[in-house]
Amino acid sequence: MPSNTILTQTQCFHCGALCDSETVKVEEKIFCCEGCRLVYELLEENNLCNYYQLHDRPGKTNENTILGDRYAYLDEVGISNQLILYKEDHTSHIKFHIPAMHCASCIWLLEHMNRLDSGIISSKSNFIKKEVHLVYDHTKTSLRKIVEKLHEIGYPPELNLKELEKNIIKPKNKSRIYKIGIAGFAFGNIMLLSFPEYFSSGTYEGEDFHRIFGYLNLILSLPVFFYSASEFLESALRSFRQKIINIDVPIAIGIVAMFSRSIYEIVSDTGPGYFDSMTGLVFFMLIGRNFQSKTYEWLSFERDYKSYFPIAVSRLNGRKEEFISIREIKTNDRLYIRNEEIIPADVLLLSEEAQLDYSFVTGESRKVKCIKGERIFAGARLIGSPIEVWVQKDVSQSYITQLWNQSNEKKSIKSNYQILAEKISKWFVLITISIAVASFAYWYSSDPSRAILAFTSVLVIACACALALSAPFTFGNMLRILGKAGIYLKNTDVLERLSEIDVVLFDKTGTLTSSDKVHVDYKGKELSPSEKEVISALANTSAHPFSRNIVKYLQAEINSHVITDVIEHPGKGIEGVVDGQLVKIGSRTFLLDQEKIKVSYKISETGVSMNGELMGFFEFTSSFRTSSENLLKSFKKKGYEISIVSGDYNHDEKYLRSILGNETPMHFEKQPLDKLNIVNDYIKKGHKVMMIGDGLNDAGALKNSDVGLAVSENINNFSPGSDGIILAKKFGQIHQLVRFAKSGHRIILISFFISILYNLIGLGFAVQGTLSPVVAAILMPISTSSLVIYTVIASSYKARVLGFQKLVN
Amino acid sequence: MSVILILIAFSLLVAGSFLIGFLWSVKTGQYDDDVSPGVRILFEDEIIDTKQTNQKK
Repeated sequence: MPSNTILTQTQCFHCGALCDSETVKVEEKIFCCEGCRLVYELLEENNLCNYYQLHDRPGKTNENTILGDRYAYLDEVGISNQLILYKEDHTSHIKFHIPAMHCASCIWLLEHMNRLDSGIISSKSNFIKKEVHLVYDHTKTSLRKIVEKLHEIGYPPELNLKELEKNIIKPKNKSRIYKIGIAGFAFGNIMLLSFPEYFSSGTYEGEDFHRIFGYLNLILSLPVFFYSASEFLESALRSFRQKIINIDVPIAIGIVAMFSRSIYEIVSDTGPGYFDSMTGLVFFMLIGRNFQSKTYEWLSFERDYKSYFPIAVSRLNGRKEEFISIREIKTNDRLYIRNEEIIPADVLLLSEEAQLDYSFVTGESRKVKCIKGERIFAGARLIGSPIEVWVQKDVSQSYITQLWNQSNEKKSIKSNYQILAEKISKWFVLITISIAVASFAYWYSSDPSRAILAFTSVLVIACACALALSAPFTFGNMLRILGKAGIYLKNTDVLERLSEIDVVLFDKTGTLTSSDKVHVDYKGKELSPSEKEVISALANTSAHPFSRNIVKYLQAEINSHVITDVIEHPGKGIEGVVDGQLVKIGSRTFLLDQEKIKVSYKISETGVSMNGELMGFFEFTSSFRTSSENLLKSFKKKGYEISIVSGDYNHDEKYLRSILGNETPMHFEKQPLDKLNIVNDYIKKGHKVMMIGDGLNDAGALKNSDVGLAVSENINNFSPGSDGIILAKKFGQIHQLVRFAKSGHRIILISFFISILYNLIGLGFAVQGTLSPVVAAILMPISTSSLVIYTVIASSYKARVLGFQKLVN
Repeated sequence: MSVILILIAFSLLVAGSFLIGFLWSVKTGQYDDDVSPGVRILFEDEIIDTKQTNQKK
């Protein structure tokens, strides 16, 4: 083993990233970078090292520690007042959303913020929402100082345009929990009061008790019927008016039948009624609904462009720089944009030149260069030195905003989906009512009083328990399992739609390829080892990403060379004399010193020349994820129609064809709107489309497809509006996800068959008109609990078979 | 046997107060975050802290 060439790898004490043992070190503690060490020292100074004891290596890699004026706008009273929740004489209250919060250590550190800043009076975190509520003395500290401190210790709060609107949104509706509580209370007490009835078969020592218990039950069931069950009844009524039958119709029929029959029995003193079954049913169904409506509160599926825009920008007023909120930007304003900032409106460039990253809009990784007077579209991110721009259009009129609104308007095309339970409930209602009518007709001639008994009994027993419970519990459980495994779906409907997919569309850049891995290829004259050294020695002097990648690619010794006369030509290349040889690295035009050459910009490339002789070109392509090939193949093997929809050039077509074959349609150089139209075309042809993409350029397509899955390297940083967000490292499991959704479908069908068996037994009693409340009270809990247990166990087992494992934090 | 009626009335009263307690706890947000309170209770007030501040004095 060449052990001395491999650096001994160790984990950073702060963030756990792998690092060389040689780097930053404090008292035997090793850090991967200066950023991590600074955080450690800051915490150590303030006696906050408990942070490292609660959770092993709890930190996050801290990249941008130099803040400069980044948060300067928070000093502006107008802007900070929009963020502050509540202000008194000395204290201000503010709530931050902190995406980096992930463990016990985070909670601890955030709740001990007062040690880092004495102006902070108290801080309290909410782990589920990833929020921290701070109370501070604004005479001793400022909002900017607090935000900068948070950023410094690795917990930058999310500050964007959307956050401002969040303060207006009302807190979560808790009424379903109240309903469950009341239904559970009534169910338990009614069961208790019904016990004598179960065992004594109607003979009491004193007649009074039986009447008193009956009326007590009636009183207890009133809030259940009128409050807890209201959502079923209202929804059934609504769907009835629209002349469609949804899942709530059979449930409502059952509840109404039970309630009215029970009241009749109590009032006429003919029996004890079915209050126990009714309240139990409502209780279980509410739990099912609640289970199904599990959401990821800290994850937003409805993000739009506003989530990416900063709160404020600096406007130049004459010579003076002032901060204004984005909403105040007007046409003809002059703005000052700093490195890494997003340009909020369509503007003209006033500075000499600027490097821009449009990846947020187009999904392409290439940097674009703009020169003075050129138009820059909103959504571009500035890379490099600050620029001055001139606003051409309001924020609401910009290209990116319009793009967003366009895809919103077209949303209605999305095919109207009928979920499985709804399809079945139609038949269910039809069959139960016809059985009820048939038994009524049968008894009517011989025994009219029994006819009504049999009619209501059928409706009581055939209540759509299984129908209402199996789907919520199966899909709810699946949603939970997937959430733990790093696949976050918006709701259970997504799983139902996933199971019917027949077309899969892939975006290329950032989806099939990984955005942070760059693949370098060299084409040209073969380089000798000494030439490689010379080239990488020069490239090493530059901080340009291309140079970095060349150094990494060549892997040559660089230290033993004399480099002189290095000149960097921005946007063109770099030249220098290495060991007496003139070496140039840069674009084609720069190397050949002639502008006439028709440059093919199809591939991002950088050439190299030595002593005036052109050696060759380095080509940079983003590399495919390791799991991409298998995923494409497994979808193809199962007969799914696959298509590639990319905004990029077709330089990867050959590779993709080798996997997918020649018949697969591939679309390259597509604008966001084209992508949307491709999706719509498939839908119009009657296909069920799944779109897998990333970035805002796919947003329209993701929205319009039946299932839009967004792939994201870091869900906290980026999640465009979609039906589901999948962690990049789980990308290879998308095919399993579809199979999982299909098996969920099967589990529900099987549970329907089980419930039909139960129903047949119950109906046997009901049509004869001999259904006693005891039978109903026994049959109902047995059938519901066995179904719930079956669905949960079956779906958990399937998840294990398909390999959905809990993410290790 | 009328004692049963008293007992039932009493049991409903107790159960009802628990129901009200439950509704109140939901309303005041005690179930909003089921992670941090459990973690928070394990945080210890460090003794080192006071020692060091004394030294600084």
